[in-house]
Amino acid sequence: AAMELPLSHRSVTRAAALAAHCACYQRGGPGRGLALRAVRRASRQDIDDVGRKYHLELVLEDVLDKDSTVNCTAEVLYHLGHKNVAPDVQFTIEGELKNTDEADNIFYNRIKSLEIELVAENIPDSHGNISPEMEPIHLLAWVASGYVIWQNSTEKTKFQLAQIKHVKQVKRSDEYLEFDYVILLHEMVSQEIIPWQMTVLWHPQHGVQVTQDSRQLKHASE
Amino acid sequence: HQVLRIKTRNEEEVKTLQLLESLEHLELDFWINPSTPTLPVDVRVPANNVQAVKAFLESHGIEYSILIEDLQVVLDKEQQDMAYSQQRERSSNSFNYGTYHSLDSIYAELDHLASEYSNIVSMLQIGKSYEKRPLYVLRFSTGRSSRPAIWIDAGIHSREWVTQASAIWIAKKIASDYGKDPSITSLLNKMDIFLLAVTNPDGYVFTHTTNRMWRKTRSKNQGSPCIGVDPNRNWDAGFGGPGASSNPCSDSYRGPSANSEVEVKSVVDFIKNHGNIQAFLTLHSYSQLLMYPYGYKCTEPADYAELDALGRAAASSIQSLYGTSFTVGSICTTIYQASGGSIDWSYDYGIKYSFAFELRDTGRYGFLLPASQIIPAAEETWLGLKKIMEHVRDNLY
Repeated sequence: AAMELPLSHRSVTRAAALAAHCACYQRGGPGRGLALRAVRRASRQDIDDVGRKYHLELVLEDVLDKDSTVNCTAEVLYHLGHKNVAPDVQFTIEGELKNTDEADNIFYNRIKSLEIELVAENIPDSHGNISPEMEPIHLLAWVASGYVIWQNSTEKTKFQLAQIKHVKQVKRSDEYLEFDYVILLHEMVSQEIIPWQMTVLWHPQHGVQVTQDSRQLKHASE
Repeated sequence: HQVLRIKTRNEEEVKTLQLLESLEHLELDFWINPSTPTLPVDVRVPANNVQAVKAFLESHGIEYSILIEDLQVVLDKEQQDMAYSQQRERSSNSFNYGTYHSLDSIYAELDHLASEYSNIVSMLQIGKSYEKRPLYVLRFSTGRSSRPAIWIDAGIHSREWVTQASAIWIAKKIASDYGKDPSITSLLNKMDIFLLAVTNPDGYVFTHTTNRMWRKTRSKNQGSPCIGVDPNRNWDAGFGGPGASSNPCSDSYRGPSANSEVEVKSVVDFIKNHGNIQAFLTLHSYSQLLMYPYGYKCTEPADYAELDALGRAAASSIQSLYGTSFTVGSICTTIYQASGGSIDWSYDYGIKYSFAFELRDTGRYGFLLPASQIIPAAEETWLGLKKIMEHVRDNLY
């Protein structure tokens, strides 16, 4: 039987954040990032020998246009016992997401035509600044981190992208754009800052893909 | 004198106004002359002719509105504004509250506020950090002897830059609003406010020089290459329990014992020595939360109903300014179980009104909040703090 939960309860906000990251990964790109705006309803069900399933009704917003929101229903299943199995996340988005074809093509062509591969660090910088040229690079990392976050989430974690430490474009002979990122993930429950490497592929028609990712070691001085 | 804005709909009405213009005895001063129906006509009318002019317009069915009700009021204000502006420039205070500052710059401004508003603000040192930096508290007081007081601290976690930045804005706000804002005036006439803008100065300097994401103190840990203790797991409240790490390399390392960190001990000693702190309010970022005890256990505090209601009222005040929504609840149910936290200690010590704020945002920028959001964040947070302080003022215990 499903139990209704108070919307501000930590288990709800963690599951909701995870669902939002997944939706962002599936539907986002350098021209569109989705973030959790609000939780409208939440309930939970314990499934014997399987795990714990959350049913959520969420509102997501476009990070570039706060007035643009969509409703999202999601189910998040955290598997019992298995530490290394990612949670199952299913979601449906109600309504239209803004079309970003024009911005995507501009960004795509800009990067494809760079003679020297793009390299950048610390996005945003210490003061929260992101230059307009780096905004799509940041959004792409935001979207791609959704995948890494999804793969590493449990009921006891709540991740957020804290910063891009380093990004390097990798030139490809095919039509895809490839970026090698080292990002910092902030894990809210432990309060740790975790460096993570991820290789991200993107194409305007084929969406975002993380092809490789690995947790990095932190030095004692960090 | 009033300034009227007249909307003419056609050429005939324009002609009527031109007729009015010709009546010199009315001493009308047209700021925009009647010429074409497409433009409004603005006219200053001397006080004794206002009634006559309005009657004239009404009898001709000509629409008008009052642009300026009383011109003298506007002129007086302008004079005032200019004088104030000149005075501010003369006092050569060019501190930009809308940007992030170094520790030295913040300390210089704290000192400046204490001298500029010396009638109500004084600066005291309550101790020294691990690396021997002074811990400066601003005292806002209109009395001489010890009064019931409010404690506010910021920057216990050094990477939460919006908190130190907001604290200095709040300091300026309290100082400059005394005598002008009825609420803060009545508050300071009854109580003192103590504000520790940078609780963890060593960490703060480290975030500028080396690692922007540093959270803890900079104390050395015996037998470990890792430095620092999480100062908000180091208080004597459920110390050693779940929700804090025993690993020195962890960002939530509780330390070898409660109050092992001098930054924490200095605050504890100050509060105990004062003896009459009525509220303990601490600023963190990010997540937009307003929380009350407990963190070390998930059971409700005895004053749950009052704290929850007050928290909601404060969150409502915060939201009234820019629509920023703060979630209210206990630490344990809202974010996580965490032992050794400051508001758990203050509450169990007897300070009923213990709240922890997590300021903007909800994760888009997180710790790296753009400087353009400092002042809006400070302004809205201030409304929440004020709401709580007003309640304390009216419910001293």
